[in-house]
Amino acid sequence: MTTTLTKPPADAVPPPPPKRTRISKAARAGGQLHAGPVAYVILALFTIGSLFPLVWTAIAASRDNQRLAQNPPPFWFGANLFDKLEVAWTDANLGEAFLNTTIVAGISALTIVFLSTIAGFAFAKLRFKGRGALMLIVVGTMMVPPQLSIIPLYMMVAKLDWTDQLQAVILPSLVSAFGVFFMRQYLLQALPDEIIEAARVDGASSWRVVWHVVFPAARPAMAVLGMLMFVQTWNDFLWPFLVLTQNGSPTVQVAVAGLGRGYTPDQSLIMAGALLGTLPLLVVFAIFGKQIVGGIMQGAVKG
Amino acid sequence: MATRHDTAAPPVKGGAAPGRPPVDAAAAEAAKKRARLSRRWQRDIRWSPYAFVSPFFLLFLAFGLFPLIYTGWASLHTVELTAPTDMEWVGLRNYTRIFDDEFFWNAARNTLTIGIISTVPQLLMAMGLAHILNYKLRGSTFYRVVMLAPYATSIAAASLVFVLLFGRDYGMINWALDLVGIDAIDWQNDKWYSQIAVSSIIIWRWTGYNALIYLAAMQAIPQDLYESAALDGASRWQQFIHVTLPSLRPTILFTVVVSTIGASQVFGEPLLFDANKGASGGSQHQFQTLGLYLYEQGWVNQHLGRASAIAWAMFLILIVIGIVNSVISRRLRASS
Repeated sequence: MTTTLTKPPADAVPPPPPKRTRISKAARAGGQLHAGPVAYVILALFTIGSLFPLVWTAIAASRDNQRLAQNPPPFWFGANLFDKLEVAWTDANLGEAFLNTTIVAGISALTIVFLSTIAGFAFAKLRFKGRGALMLIVVGTMMVPPQLSIIPLYMMVAKLDWTDQLQAVILPSLVSAFGVFFMRQYLLQALPDEIIEAARVDGASSWRVVWHVVFPAARPAMAVLGMLMFVQTWNDFLWPFLVLTQNGSPTVQVAVAGLGRGYTPDQSLIMAGALLGTLPLLVVFAIFGKQIVGGIMQGAVKG
Repeated sequence: MATRHDTAAPPVKGGAAPGRPPVDAAAAEAAKKRARLSRRWQRDIRWSPYAFVSPFFLLFLAFGLFPLIYTGWASLHTVELTAPTDMEWVGLRNYTRIFDDEFFWNAARNTLTIGIISTVPQLLMAMGLAHILNYKLRGSTFYRVVMLAPYATSIAAASLVFVLLFGRDYGMINWALDLVGIDAIDWQNDKWYSQIAVSSIIIWRWTGYNALIYLAAMQAIPQDLYESAALDGASRWQQFIHVTLPSLRPTILFTVVVSTIGASQVFGEPLLFDANKGASGGSQHQFQTLGLYLYEQGWVNQHLGRASAIAWAMFLILIVIGIVNSVISRRLRASS
């Protein structure tokens, strides 16, 4: 209980003994310790817990309604998977939904990345009056959830007759205080002042500095932010649900949610739709998982 | 080297160019050119930062701040969903209506309890998971990506699957409980069990994400803190309590704030968890949250004005949370 956390002065400790003695084993604490079997068991449980609902979505989608209304529930795939996927695809208007969602998430991710990079650069590296106060506003807006603004936005959409038009979903999604904050944190440490000054000495305007210095330096963070924003917009539910309709031009989430709204819903069909809606992002995560994990952790340390 | 900021920048007030006084005509010409360049240069230095940050702020004004304030204005009016541009002034009547409505308080209570049931276990599990992930592991990247798979799953897809898993008669969870001798639980209609089920969707989607955030903070703790603690004879558990947790304080606060804000907005999970596909959050409103109540008032009962009053009530709650948070974090900073 009387642990002191400060490092003892060097002469108070005997010179470190050679490695593989008991002291050095005890000292290799925290992140250096190898995981024991218990840790692996817990990790296995979490892995099953994380993946089981996803796998079971596919299992349920491969069965039919009668089988899902029996005990015990199915544990393995049935024969209907591709039939159900096909029906879900047509019933839920999923082809158009995928196209719409790709357009919405793509435009919004690209725009957010671009605007966040230039704003983050200004906050990280340029000096201007009001910088501190404006940055405080950016951080403050991260605390205000966009849901609280939906009613006037809905009025705007109604007035402009934008129901079922993709810009109604895209425009409000472009506000990303997180993006500005994320890029600022990255550029603070990834972009040395000397490079900017060197470009300035060569007579580069601010815009040229952004184009030739900032963008190349920020590329890794821009990629991560783009993926995070793509995922977020792809999965966005409430606002698209309000302004897009299932039979108009839905996003994937709106289409999938609509599958469950019949009177006697076909559960395996709903699961097929849910599976189709989730699959693209799971593929993205399987391919870029390492980068996405790195990006989330990088954004977290500074937060 | 023209930039689009030239046109946007207002004329520079006199004396911006520090050009030397000209001696003869050629020098004067050169000096003028230099002065012009230098003026443009100064304009660029001075105004381009604002040009760089302005798109964000313009978008925020248009789609964030203005709607937020306008919500307050709309909350003082009667506005029907069918004619959202016709507004009739009613003063504070929307507020008295919702404060008199037992379902508002019911939704507020449910939001609080679902918030607690979903946030507390989620963050505790995330902490434990991060601690394990911080060991030297075989395949550590694999585990991190797997923990993030639920985060990649949308609310819609996750909720629809959990409805089936939590089915009373044929659900996987009741089947498993039956194996250990527990009778079938009515996850839809029982108040507490339904809230646990809705919370479990949130827990499932966010535990891995929060674990990664804790893990990042743990990895930033200097190793020599652990070494000196170990030299003082601290066990691994004591190291966790006396080194890890204090160092994680700001991160814990951050995740608590983010989760609290998220919990106050819960909408899609209870909407899609409802077997009757209504917006009431169960037949007895047993898991209706404030977000769902807002939707029900605005889009089912078609009273956008009343829905605005609910939104503003939620906003005020968040402000209170924000103030409490800043007081706590100031205390923490002062104490450390």
